[in-house]
Amino acid sequence: MKQLTVISGKGGTGKTSITAAFASLAKNAVFADCDVDAADLHLIFKPEIKKTMGFHGLKVADIDKEKCIYCKKCFESCKFDAITKDIHLIKQSCEGCGVCAYVCPVDAIAMVERDSGFAYISDTRFGPMAHAVLNTAEEASGKLVTVVRENAKKLAEEKKKDLIVIDGPPGIGCPVIASLTGVDLVLVVTEPTLSGIHDLERILDVAHHFSIPAFVCINKYDINVDNTYKIEKFCNEKNIEVVGKLSYDTVITKAMINQKNIIEFSDGKLSREIREMWNKIQEMIRKT
Amino acid sequence: MIISVASGKGGTGKTTISTNLALSTGEVQFLDCDVEEPNANIFLKAKIKGYEEVSLNIPEIDKKKCDYCGKCSEFCAYNALAVVPNNILVFPELCHSCGGCELVCPKNAVNWNKRVIGIIEHGQTNGIDFYQGLLNVGESQAVPVIKALKRKIDKSKNVIIDVPPGTSCPVIESISGSDYCILVTEPTPFGLHDLRLAVDVVRHLNIPFGVVINRDGVGDDKVEFYCKKENIPVLLKIPERKKIANLYSTGIALVNESHEWHEMFGLIYSRIKEEVSI
Repeated sequence: MKQLTVISGKGGTGKTSITAAFASLAKNAVFADCDVDAADLHLIFKPEIKKTMGFHGLKVADIDKEKCIYCKKCFESCKFDAITKDIHLIKQSCEGCGVCAYVCPVDAIAMVERDSGFAYISDTRFGPMAHAVLNTAEEASGKLVTVVRENAKKLAEEKKKDLIVIDGPPGIGCPVIASLTGVDLVLVVTEPTLSGIHDLERILDVAHHFSIPAFVCINKYDINVDNTYKIEKFCNEKNIEVVGKLSYDTVITKAMINQKNIIEFSDGKLSREIREMWNKIQEMIRKT
Repeated sequence: MIISVASGKGGTGKTTISTNLALSTGEVQFLDCDVEEPNANIFLKAKIKGYEEVSLNIPEIDKKKCDYCGKCSEFCAYNALAVVPNNILVFPELCHSCGGCELVCPKNAVNWNKRVIGIIEHGQTNGIDFYQGLLNVGESQAVPVIKALKRKIDKSKNVIIDVPPGTSCPVIESISGSDYCILVTEPTPFGLHDLRLAVDVVRHLNIPFGVVINRDGVGDDKVEFYCKKENIPVLLKIPERKKIANLYSTGIALVNESHEWHEMFGLIYSRIKEEVSI
């Protein structure tokens, strides 16, 4: 079973729309939405949830004010500024280390489970899907990404699927690293803007750091052909293949509004370009 | 006054709004808290004059003192320490530097090493006091870099913060303490879905906020309906224009292109200032 992660560094370059389009082209795949912070793939997939699992991130301190003697040891020991001088817990700053509970001389602090979100296993018109939601102001999105990926793997084994396509989050930090460690290939979706180029360079370094083969798709390549040329030149120098150049077309937004992917919605130029790109990607997956 | 610019969904135009706002007002402190992929300086063009390293304290175990009792690895909530027969392993990239291992060690075998995870750069341009954080490639923890960046805030100044996308820890860290938050969205189903998440976050943190709709006209009018229904002020609508996309692609700020934009961003700034002072 192979795994492909779609990432971008910069947000809003078209990761999710492109991943959704692949769903109509991949013959035997499981899809995983690992952008658990702001998951959007379900808006097109309209999953029918089959199984819901509670997700508990890191634990959180719970201070018993009746037992507390206000010695301030917890306040002094907390490295995350999560306890104020008047011994009030700032929940969103607590990273669940347990130091406060350890130093408390009167056992007034307990470390308790926090309900951080849900992981789902679903059926969709494209096949099985693993996804999740992280509750408001919760931590540990990297840990939830790992849960989604484990669910996707189990699904692939059960349903005898040979590919997992992962929609990754923007950025280069914890949830991104959790989305790409151990995968076979990374597709980086970029756009021909200076910001896009800057972020492309950083995300390619991350893929390189974890020794994962990467290739590039330039979305909306025609909004600035000079910058597109710069990206192609840069990729060429780094020996990274540009597998697709996709035209700017607002039809992709219209498809989204109709809760469809672009392949389902239109037979136009953009759909053809995505089909061609997918054929190349398939070939690369086969070779890994 | 601290204004943060956030979005939930990536690529909706946070950096466009924050940099234009800063350039239209001048005399502000600007913090690019999107330390994973900072882009503001592409538009602000501040000359970087200095930098400092951001580091975490990582335990180093004195193997002469350690008797492999396993108390530290048992305590560590992040699995950053593992005791195997006659050895102890430290996984620096998992460590959150809580200090717990040192506290529980009965042999006093824990020492601390600095591990650099990123830098903070500083520069100046057009009266703007500019700071940006850069998380090193391969590092997972953005929050400590954002924290270090936020320590640069000068409360006597007006501050504009460019926030990373999403809704989890780096976002919370970036916007907490703000007097006002601008949420940038686009009029599409993805934009609306992620705007709702971002609204949950700012409401959770009790921060007054308003919305900017970017690429107006590209999708439907559900974002506007939502804002009306929820009584959320729409501060500005930026139309979908190839010209605007092209300026963005080449790193040119809107306010430097036309006086109208300059005025418009100036008005938003005054409006927010008024709302915050009430």
